[in-house]
Amino acid sequence: MSIRDKVIAIIAEQALLEPADVTDSSTLESLGIDSLGLVESIFAIEEAFDISVPFNANEPSAGDFDISSVASIIAGIETLISQRT
Amino acid sequence: MNRVVITGAGTINALGHSVPDTLAAMREGRCGIGPLEFRDVERLSIRIGGQVRGFEPQEQFNRQQLSLYDRFTQFTLIAAKQAIDQAGIEFSDELAARAGVVLGTAGGGVSTWDDNYRSVYEDGKNRVHPFVVPRLMNNAAASHVSMEYNLKGPSFTVSTACASSNHAMAQAFAMVRSGLAPVMVTGGSESMLCFGGVKAWEGLRVMSRDACRPFSLGRNGMVQGEGAGIFVFEEYEHARARGAEPLCEVAGFSMSSDAADIVMPSKQGAARAISGALRDGRIAPEDVGYINAHGTGTNANDKTECAAVADVFGAHADQLMISSTKSMHGHLIGGTGAVELLACIMALRDGVIAPTIGYEEPDPECALDVVPNQAREAKVSVVLSNAFAFGGLNAVLALRKV
Repeated sequence: MSIRDKVIAIIAEQALLEPADVTDSSTLESLGIDSLGLVESIFAIEEAFDISVPFNANEPSAGDFDISSVASIIAGIETLISQRT
Repeated sequence: MNRVVITGAGTINALGHSVPDTLAAMREGRCGIGPLEFRDVERLSIRIGGQVRGFEPQEQFNRQQLSLYDRFTQFTLIAAKQAIDQAGIEFSDELAARAGVVLGTAGGGVSTWDDNYRSVYEDGKNRVHPFVVPRLMNNAAASHVSMEYNLKGPSFTVSTACASSNHAMAQAFAMVRSGLAPVMVTGGSESMLCFGGVKAWEGLRVMSRDACRPFSLGRNGMVQGEGAGIFVFEEYEHARARGAEPLCEVAGFSMSSDAADIVMPSKQGAARAISGALRDGRIAPEDVGYINAHGTGTNANDKTECAAVADVFGAHADQLMISSTKSMHGHLIGGTGAVELLACIMALRDGVIAPTIGYEEPDPECALDVVPNQAREAKVSVVLSNAFAFGGLNAVLALRKV
């Protein structure tokens, strides 16, 4: 499974949707994922890829990790994975 | 001051997953204590407990709920649903704004602590699930009850070890009696039956390896249980106006502190709590027909409790019945008073006194009628429920037939 598919699967599970319903332009808000759902998704992503996502719920827009859309989340994770190796 | 009645009761514990099942087990003198089953139990020297069996959380809650509910919260929500369904009450508008929930627990989400300590210490993981804190906090159960039933009034959790539930229910009673709230959901829950929870108790060397035999000669300690008991406390006229059928009346309470020792019980502290509850409920000592004892099955508690009862009641101590249902469901620690209140309700409503099972031989230091081994039919109109906690914090409730 590609990074992209894996991330989408995690987000879809959190949103109780089919992966096909999660698109690049979807936002967490449009998928109905609230703040608790967000931290749970990030936890699942960290577990799945063995990375540490620099996300602070107090400042969601601060830092390099962009959560504004599914595409930006995937891009951020790809960057973190490339930095890991 | 308002009169306060109980209009709903719910439970899940080692004797049953409902009030009728639990009371049937108490009537039969059935023992819910057995071999513990969980990870690493073979590393414990204490391997028995009153575990809730046949309980599948996945059948009761969805995945999202399960990620937030520790076992003590799961127990609470199951018992709360039964109680609120029985009361037939819905919380909306003004009632919702004033009604609240006060619950007792000693440890809160013990298995959440346990699982996650294991994960970071033993398994060497450096990341834990984001909901560890909201799962384990002692007020999680009370908060989830408030969210589930729209209770927006005074809500909090009381933690006084083995007296937590009695302190919580005393507080809820005081709130309804004073008019602060027309209805309160109250009781308590505990779920410490996991490796770390039992290991900690094992360290204190007060646990029995074979059975909980309160008041019996040869008793050798307490046995832990788990579960929850939840009640709806309601102002009498409020209940009457909506045609609710009261299970019994809450007549009085007392709280006292020994201010003496962190673990050893005190006869004076216990006696002050018992006599205080009588005074508070304007109850003549000779009207008390039954006491649900704290009766832990430790040497120290049982003789101290009997001495306190003898001091308060004088000659009447030989006329009343006193039993410890911990012999059947184990010691639910912070949830114990709540499950034991069910035995009090059974005594008042059904005229059945729950027995002290596992009783082998009379102990001269516990020379009261402890209803050994077999339930008994008896008409009683006033009963007490004792709870005497580690730390010397005592809370006694008095209940009366409506």
